[in-house]
Amino acid sequence: MSASTRPTSATQGPTRNVRIKLRTENVSMIFQREGKALPVLEDIDLEVGDGEFVCLLGPSGCGKSTLLSAMAGFLTPTGGKIRIDGEIVRGPDPRRIFVFQERGVFPWLTVEGNIGFGLSKLSRSERAKRVSYYLQMVGLEGFEKSYPHELSGGMKQRVEVARALAVNPDVMFLDEPFGALDSITRLIMRGELLRIWQAERKTILFVTHDIDEAVQLADRVVVMSARPGRIQQIVPIDISHPRDISSPRYLELRDGILGQIGLAHRL
Amino acid sequence: MNSLSGTNKLERWLWPILATSLFLLLWRYSVTWSGTKVFPSPGEVERGLAQLVQSGVLYHDIVDSLRRVAIGYLGALCLGIPLGLLFGWYPSLNRIVNPVVQILRPISPIAWIPVAILFFGVGDDAAIFLVFLGAFFPIVVSCVDSVANVPLIYRRAGINFGLTPPHLLARVVFPAALPQILVGLRIALGIGWLVVVAGEMIAVDSGLGFLIIDSRNSGKRYDLVVGAMLLIGVIGLILDLLFRRLETVKPVRWGFRNES
Repeated sequence: MSASTRPTSATQGPTRNVRIKLRTENVSMIFQREGKALPVLEDIDLEVGDGEFVCLLGPSGCGKSTLLSAMAGFLTPTGGKIRIDGEIVRGPDPRRIFVFQERGVFPWLTVEGNIGFGLSKLSRSERAKRVSYYLQMVGLEGFEKSYPHELSGGMKQRVEVARALAVNPDVMFLDEPFGALDSITRLIMRGELLRIWQAERKTILFVTHDIDEAVQLADRVVVMSARPGRIQQIVPIDISHPRDISSPRYLELRDGILGQIGLAHRL
Repeated sequence: MNSLSGTNKLERWLWPILATSLFLLLWRYSVTWSGTKVFPSPGEVERGLAQLVQSGVLYHDIVDSLRRVAIGYLGALCLGIPLGLLFGWYPSLNRIVNPVVQILRPISPIAWIPVAILFFGVGDDAAIFLVFLGAFFPIVVSCVDSVANVPLIYRRAGINFGLTPPHLLARVVFPAALPQILVGLRIALGIGWLVVVAGEMIAVDSGLGFLIIDSRNSGKRYDLVVGAMLLIGVIGLILDLLFRRLETVKPVRWGFRNES
């Protein structure tokens, strides 16, 4: 609320010296609910570098998913602008794919059909080649002809990530992608996502309410405050991958964010 | 149905056969005990049907009824599915058309018989038209509802991959709605089969419905009346079972998961 909680310009941009991929300028969002104006986002100023991995972290209802949907072009901000590569976002675009929780996989298509969904403009052989490449990348060889209802939650999530990667987007928006998975699968999937990100270097915006997840994955963690959502702080995670999640620096960063959100360290 | 899943094949057949036998026995002895002179026993029905099979009449009646249902139902599919998808796709269009649909829908197809005869004369076309009417409205309504129920997440995913509206409808909305549409189509087929019998009683001179009314009028052959009724039931069951086969086809099976 006061100026002191606003991010300083020094923490607003990417840590590494790279080209700005995505920029939000003073973005705000007001929903109309039963005639009342409900502010959901306020004054969101953020710069995301090309190839950067940024986590949007906050309590449920803080507007982080709304912000992500606006960045992906599914919602239009009521104030401010969102630019990608300098162009104002006017709608969804295949260059920027939104990954839902595994519920976004099409149940009427096989694994193969899902992964190749965005490739209908390619020739048959080219499509088959890409599908098998990404099938292998997410470790689903042998399941080409399976239908989603025959797969586990983690496997469905892999299908969705592969479907997104197959169209070779520059940006991926992930909205709590591992939220519906059990904790062991979730840990495995984080590792897989990092491996894929390091191989493909997409710009990733990742929404989560899990502090550990954010600190394990992100280059920077954008901590958001509860409604109306504002950027409370941007925390650069200066630990190189693979991260040791019991190292003092990891714990220090995690506890700093815990404190920032206002949670005591003891339950 | 679910409580029996996992039991062996013998048991799956045992209970229906037992229940049917019990029903036939009850029928048989009710006829004897009540001393009725008019209502036939199962044995008399069987003999009556055997006569009809021998004379070849029954075969023709069954084929005629099935043909009328097939044509009327296909017509309803060809017109009802595209219209239903269209109305479901454009909610504003649906708001305009919906009141008319909702007024026409509760009118029993039987009530249309005089109008059908006025339009098409006494004959096949009138009966086919009645089947068409009976199936058309449930098909339209189920398509509208199914399209409206397609989760937003699928539409967004489709749009995100750059699909234009016609492609979105064909590659996302239709397949996503298909399992629910199939349920409506199955109900519509059942209604078509109900309606053809009623139509044949008045508008034509062949088919199972005509067999019933003709057997009664010419000599009070209640063995044939009841026989035709049972046949209608059995054929209706077979049609329904055949349709249910569609639900196990892979691209729609996900929508019927508790069945598998």
